[in-house]
Amino acid sequence: MTRVLVVAEHDGRRLDPATAKCVRCALDLAPQALAVAVLARGGDEIAAQAAALAGVTGVLLVDAAHNAAPLAAVLAPQLASLAEGFTHVLAPSSTFGKDVAPRVAALLGVGQISDVLAVLGPHRFKRHIYAGNAVVTVDADPARCTVATVRLASYSGVGAGPPAPIVRRTLEVALPTHTRFVALRSDKGSRPDLQTAGRVVAGGRALGSAQGFELIGALADALGAAVGASRAAVDSGFVANDLQVGQTGKIIAPELYVAVGISGAIQHVTGIKDARTIVAINKDPEAPIFELADIGLVADLFKAVPELIEALRARVR
Amino acid sequence: MQTILVAIKRVVDFNVRVRVKPDGTGMATEGLKTSINPFDEIALEAALRLREAGAFRDVVLVTLGGSDAARELRTGLAMGADRAIRVDAAATLEPLVVAHALHVLAVREQAGLVLLGKQAIDDDNGQTGQMLAALWGRPQATFASQLAIAGGVATVTREVDAGLETIEVDLPAVVTTDLRLNQPRYVKLPEILKAKTKPLTVVSLAELGVRAERQFVVSDFTAPPQRSAGVRVKSVAELVAALEARGVLA
Repeated sequence: MTRVLVVAEHDGRRLDPATAKCVRCALDLAPQALAVAVLARGGDEIAAQAAALAGVTGVLLVDAAHNAAPLAAVLAPQLASLAEGFTHVLAPSSTFGKDVAPRVAALLGVGQISDVLAVLGPHRFKRHIYAGNAVVTVDADPARCTVATVRLASYSGVGAGPPAPIVRRTLEVALPTHTRFVALRSDKGSRPDLQTAGRVVAGGRALGSAQGFELIGALADALGAAVGASRAAVDSGFVANDLQVGQTGKIIAPELYVAVGISGAIQHVTGIKDARTIVAINKDPEAPIFELADIGLVADLFKAVPELIEALRARVR
Repeated sequence: MQTILVAIKRVVDFNVRVRVKPDGTGMATEGLKTSINPFDEIALEAALRLREAGAFRDVVLVTLGGSDAARELRTGLAMGADRAIRVDAAATLEPLVVAHALHVLAVREQAGLVLLGKQAIDDDNGQTGQMLAALWGRPQATFASQLAIAGGVATVTREVDAGLETIEVDLPAVVTTDLRLNQPRYVKLPEILKAKTKPLTVVSLAELGVRAERQFVVSDFTAPPQRSAGVRVKSVAELVAALEARGVLA
């Protein structure tokens, strides 16, 4: 009997698309029960969105003031309590899931499988190691609860299904006060979200400055794309950390990825290798990015990108 | 004043490309250059700066591994750690086992803070800090890009998917470090010599009361499917035409 609990990710108002991807992964386990745990303050709307995901058999809603911010130390004991009776607990491999899931696992006395990219059986999974330089098979102990995070780039989200029942739960769990939320700084513009965008334009150190990086934004806007960046560009202060793509940033799988002035270090490439089409624009013909780009253009980006923007705009007109 | 415990892992140097063994039983790591996991090096640098600022008494370095891991501990001592502990063990312990060992040491050393990298660049698990915090019943602040200590409270800025999140945690706490927290210092020759005389103790997992339990079997190491290079275009016009031909501009 396979019973899967998926940990919902949300921003306090809406369910994050990561949850629908985790549900897709959970369905590969052929579960008899597939519940989504929504821990929130309020949360009726989020729970309703989770209940509408195809394949979900129930939603467990824990509506409490202490769940207003996603603090792992506060959420984990509640999730460990909810996990009772479940054979699997899945969370997205986002910063939210990476933070909370290992804490849940340790409270349950079990290990964790990070970044599941394929399910081979109820207790058999595939994942990457060494920045994607190798794929391994991991067998978990069937006698224990399996806790795992799901590599979001490997799954598409499920669509809508008939609404599942929502059960409100009150938990008798001692919660710590040693961890307090202070603030979230987020300068989300009007562009698509990097994690889920169908098209992404990313820039590297070669952009030279924050001002130079605006060229990436202009190309992204011409394509209706999200903006991404290499670690070098983030370290240089051109853009914020949440735009970093790669081993230690976001792992993405857009239809189109345009790498501008990015050399293509393995740590970056691991974040984009599931992209459908990769375009590289770089003035160095030896840059490793060309080894995996579907379309490569050796050119000075400061000349080629404005030209490309103009060509794309002309196409629309 | 209290101790900062810094956990480090010996990994193949990040500049070295590691390949799968032809028989698929593991990675061909023999003879490759090793170093401190880059995230753990950042954790050590953060600890040294906190000690230098007078917030903590000393910095104790710990690693779990075989005798060859002593080299990375000596490097850490040369960077400025006061003493080191090697927990003698296989290098392939599961994160939960490592967390159990660090928990015992954190209690034994009465650590006010445990610092470690957010993930190791070999197995990319990213679990140990969070598991330690759970076992210890203490706060965790993962993916730290800023860290300030005042009055028994750590204020930590975390790199999260939505941007930068700031949380406050009461000490003792576990902080896992992200890339932009600091730039680790270079080791100078006199410090390398001095490090040879700093205390390095060895304990076994059994002495810590921890069993090297295995919950997972890892097998079938394979190289991922490689993307191959596509076409080179000579102009922006050709680039647009190639995009149209692939149907990605529709």
